[in-house]
Amino acid sequence: MLLGVGITFVAFVLTHLVPGDPAAANLGQRAIADPAAVAAFRAHYGLDKPLPQQYLIYVANLAHGDFGESQQSHRPVRDDLAEYVPATLELSSTAIAISLVFGIGLGVTAAMNRDRVVDQVLRVITLAGVSMPTFWLALVALYIVFFKLGWAPSGGRLDPGQLPDGHVTGFYTIDALLAGDWPTFTSAVAHILLPASVLALYTVSLLTRFTRASVLEVLGNDYIRAARAKGLPERIVIVRHILRAALVPVITVAGVAFGSLLTGTVLVETIFAWPGIGQYAYRSATNLDLPAIMGVSLFVAVVYITVNFAVDLLYGIIDPRIRVG
Amino acid sequence: MSLPLALPRQLSRQQRSGLSSAWRQPLALAGIAIVVSWILLAILAPLIVRGDPLAQDFPRFLPPSPQHWFGTDGVGRDVLTRTIYGARISIPLALLLVSLSLLTGSLLGALAGYFGGLVDELVMRAADLVFAFPTLILAMAVLAALGPGLQNAVLAIVVVAWPAYARVVRGLVMSTRGADYVNATRLLGASARRALVIDVLPNVAGPVLVLATLDLGAAILLLSGLSFLGLGARPPAPEWGSMIATGAQTFNFWWVGTFPGLAILTVVLGFNFLGDTLRDALDPRTSRDIRQRVL
Repeated sequence: MLLGVGITFVAFVLTHLVPGDPAAANLGQRAIADPAAVAAFRAHYGLDKPLPQQYLIYVANLAHGDFGESQQSHRPVRDDLAEYVPATLELSSTAIAISLVFGIGLGVTAAMNRDRVVDQVLRVITLAGVSMPTFWLALVALYIVFFKLGWAPSGGRLDPGQLPDGHVTGFYTIDALLAGDWPTFTSAVAHILLPASVLALYTVSLLTRFTRASVLEVLGNDYIRAARAKGLPERIVIVRHILRAALVPVITVAGVAFGSLLTGTVLVETIFAWPGIGQYAYRSATNLDLPAIMGVSLFVAVVYITVNFAVDLLYGIIDPRIRVG
Repeated sequence: MSLPLALPRQLSRQQRSGLSSAWRQPLALAGIAIVVSWILLAILAPLIVRGDPLAQDFPRFLPPSPQHWFGTDGVGRDVLTRTIYGARISIPLALLLVSLSLLTGSLLGALAGYFGGLVDELVMRAADLVFAFPTLILAMAVLAALGPGLQNAVLAIVVVAWPAYARVVRGLVMSTRGADYVNATRLLGASARRALVIDVLPNVAGPVLVLATLDLGAAILLLSGLSFLGLGARPPAPEWGSMIATGAQTFNFWWVGTFPGLAILTVVLGFNFLGDTLRDALDPRTSRDIRQRVL
């Protein structure tokens, strides 16, 4: 709760320190030519009131689910967010799924082959993965896969002319499946695979490294030796005995890694013309659209905190010794 | 019975750990080689490549050739020259902003850890607030507030980066504060400052150094990302991120954006090789604290 107040305060203070004049940024030439328009703009967005009052109004509105009005789209920020959020959630949850599958799988592989060639190769590759500038990787992937090979579409969520099947979940893939619309489904999958993989590379590398470390820590325990000694198949030892203990720290990292995914979405969405909040954040930041930036930062911070809270709850399920107090 | 079973295992484990430290060395060496060559390239740039990174002396969009190894860009500038001059922007700025974050964060963290109470509350709550935002989004918001530009981008990243140091230093200071040898120093009449510098600082230096090395890579990534979005360096400055942004507009001419990206990748990789080896060597203990930041 305290954190919530803090976050709104930070978001507000930051975006109101702006030395650039939002009126000038949004009205362009008219700002110089037409003082009345500037005044009207200021009055319309409440910019003529003192800052503390602006903050109180903002928080009071927030309590009603009102994020204010975007100065670019001239729509409530809430509507903008509602439109863009599902796209980002679809992209980032696909990326997190890819990260978990490959990160844990590769991490276990590296740990079980400790110091052998596989492990060394994976170490170099994952270090390269966390050193990769995401935006550059996105461009290279787009250049090779779309431009040279023609295997993937250039961007967006669907081919031009295609329409999503309703808005049940806002995930085009799932909506298309629900509607039994096969062509739209394949198109949606084709569109999401490349950006999601680019986005996932960093988190895959991260999770591989932590899974490896965590599995190695567990491997030294006596109960693992006991499990092997009593003749359990290696597969069962890994899944039931090693992974269960090793996953707890890995899940924490996955929660924090979600934050880096959200960071990555800004860059990836901008390049793949993915109509999500990353792209929205970029447009708002470059246009000094205060309510929009505040809305995005708030929303993202809340999602981030919620995910990490959910991760804490997950502990209790994976490791019954831990109870959330 | 258990002896013959256990013995080979322990032996092989020893061999393995010997091996593992051996194969870790090449990684550290590679890291040092990469970082040192980039620093040399940055310092000696005018001697290594001919021409001015801003001069539009050549035909536009020449593909890579023996004359222009990396080709030329849309206004006839040599991409190799610009890429190497880019190191003169990114590396010093990364060093500057990591030192700023290190100083601010460590100082605040040390105060919080040593004095506790209200100071601790204030500093750590502020740190929590920063941690609640994903880095790039907070940096973008700060930049939107301060106005775009390279200087402000550095400031924005410092705002995002200091809490990691504050957390690590606070934890270490708290754990040494109550130690007998620190109490002994105080009882001998040393001031709080002296106790912090003589007894506590050596404990803190290792982990902070590891964090800073890894942060150098992260800083270059973030800085170039912001410039790519047009919030950091502005054209025509030969900054890698904004060079990639230019390259993105001229998709057919792949060389314009590819080489600056490779530059970022190799520099960051070099710092990460170093940081990773340092972490293994210096402190397995605090790797948990550092983990949280590296993300």
